[in-house]
Amino acid sequence: MTQLIYVPDDAAALSVGADAVAEAICTEISRRGLDAKLVRTGSRGLLWLEPLVEFATPGGRIGYGNVDAATVSALFDDPAHTRSLGLVEEIPYLKSQQRLTFARCGIIDPLSLDEYQTHGGLAGLRRALEMTCTDIAEQVVESGLRGRGGAGFPTGIKWRTVAAAPADQKYIVCNADEGDSGTFADRMLMEGDPFLLIEGMVIAGLAVGADKGFVYIRSEYPHAIAKMRRAIQAAHKGQLLGRNILGGGKYFDLELRVGAGAYICGEETSLLESLEGRRGQVRPKPPLPAIAGLFGKPTVINNVLSLAAVPTILAQGAAFYRDFGMGRSRGTMPVQLAGNVRRGGLIERAFGLSLREIIETYGGGTASGRPVRAVQVGGPLGAYWPPALFDTPFDYETFAEKSGMIGHGGVVVFDDSVDMARQARFALEFCAIESCGKCTPCRIGSTRGVETMDRIIQGERPVENTALVRDLCEILRDGSLCALGGLTPMPVLSAMDHFPEDFSRAE
Amino acid sequence: MTITVQNNPPADFHPDRVREIAEALRGLDGPLLPILHAVNERFGYVDERALPVIADVLNLTRAEVQGVVSFYHDFRRAPAGRHVVKICRAEACQAMGAERLIAELETLFAVKLGETSKDGRVTLEAVYCLGNCALSPAALIDGKLFGRLDAPCVQAQVGK
Repeated sequence: MTQLIYVPDDAAALSVGADAVAEAICTEISRRGLDAKLVRTGSRGLLWLEPLVEFATPGGRIGYGNVDAATVSALFDDPAHTRSLGLVEEIPYLKSQQRLTFARCGIIDPLSLDEYQTHGGLAGLRRALEMTCTDIAEQVVESGLRGRGGAGFPTGIKWRTVAAAPADQKYIVCNADEGDSGTFADRMLMEGDPFLLIEGMVIAGLAVGADKGFVYIRSEYPHAIAKMRRAIQAAHKGQLLGRNILGGGKYFDLELRVGAGAYICGEETSLLESLEGRRGQVRPKPPLPAIAGLFGKPTVINNVLSLAAVPTILAQGAAFYRDFGMGRSRGTMPVQLAGNVRRGGLIERAFGLSLREIIETYGGGTASGRPVRAVQVGGPLGAYWPPALFDTPFDYETFAEKSGMIGHGGVVVFDDSVDMARQARFALEFCAIESCGKCTPCRIGSTRGVETMDRIIQGERPVENTALVRDLCEILRDGSLCALGGLTPMPVLSAMDHFPEDFSRAE
Repeated sequence: MTITVQNNPPADFHPDRVREIAEALRGLDGPLLPILHAVNERFGYVDERALPVIADVLNLTRAEVQGVVSFYHDFRRAPAGRHVVKICRAEACQAMGAERLIAELETLFAVKLGETSKDGRVTLEAVYCLGNCALSPAALIDGKLFGRLDAPCVQAQVGK
């Protein structure tokens, strides 16, 4: 039987040499005249082990971590090589996860529609094709799924609104402008299981009566763009897209668009402006995109992970999905652990696991070996928290109660060398760089904030200037048009509240 | 995997080529960004002289096109150096010493972040997250993604 060997072609794996490893494996196969085949997969999300090579065995796939091209030959000589991790599925980091959205990622060839189906793909769409539009949207409402982009708005309610809006044309837009630092789940999914996103979008189209979709991917993700482009082509060939979806006579078409390096385009109305070919400036709401969205038509705009959760909900039922989680946070959340951490990667678990479990049990502390001083959860607009808050469970409401947010699920770890005044300054600088310029608090306030933070850092009247920044943050929070200006105060104020010593050192 | 390599010698600018690109893509819904991307890729930057041509094809004012070009970080207004290093300076990379690495690279290539070195060898640019946050610091060098990056690794790529 042909020996199968797996190497990811996920961007993270490629960034540490996966292509050279794949090449070495091919050379070894032909040099040894083996009956073996190399398969390129997405990543398992055990990113600190990349490049992670897997050999199929009758008992399961055996993994080898941090492989480089020079090591490859030795793996063929000695299956019990020191880099061996044993059965990949048994690695505690992976085994303890509850993978619904990422169930196939790292396992299948991402562009094989056959493998996608063999591993449970298209079951959700097949069920949806037998249901009424209303029933599909109601399943999503019942599942309790909330927008995974950050805002946490109930996905099904959005769908219901679009379904009820009368129009000759409606759109499904996938927000794949994953700009938050510390997040990479959208990228991993698009590279590792792109058909799942396409399936989710087709189901959304059926539910609301839209026959056209757009995936808007940021230009910083060239690998995801290339993979999605090929997946859309393959989906057309396999009747997952086009005039006769799975032979059911329905129509849905999908187009890929590339961003142009603007963080603000992750904000939904700004993204729509950008798709229409304009400056990515935020639109005032109302009207909601669900009523007047892309080209003024009713539009479902959802994050990659929200749409990718839908096939599971349809295939297994709303109750199955809703049974995961805590409080009003239902289902699973792909947490992304990054920054100064020993074992960074993707952790998909039901809502409710504690930050401590993420950082200590999964992460194993810092990469530098120094103590953890702070984590930023929820991207550049998320709060900086000290270890005293690590017992907080991952849940929308609990985080909000403690003036934080889970956002898109990114957790960035910092060791004790971090200067929190500099991090607060950076939050304001980032806001200044990425502000769309539409509203004054964000456009001007961010720059004034940077200047004032500089004075604090230089030890110039820190007490008065800190009070000034707090005052400015209030204006940003209450007076900005969208979340960029509105949430920039979160990292700034949390840094001041939890790490006051960094704002008064030079006094 | 084949991805766009940005250090191909850019084609010489000609307004007729811009018109061809714009005409070919004008049928898309919201065609301006795809056109600008195509022009940026073809010539290595968006020349000032391209703006009236695109405006004419799309029946927009020149100011509207100018406004869009200037809004987005990706559209260059002048050709880049032979090598483009887009280094991430977002939080996850900061936590792994990105600011220090940027300072090292500025010294190494005698260039300031956001500029091209005098000899035209390197353009050093900031980028805010490449989605490689578990393997920080990260950079895109001539379109190729690198993780766990250090200065010698950048030098090896740019020295080629």
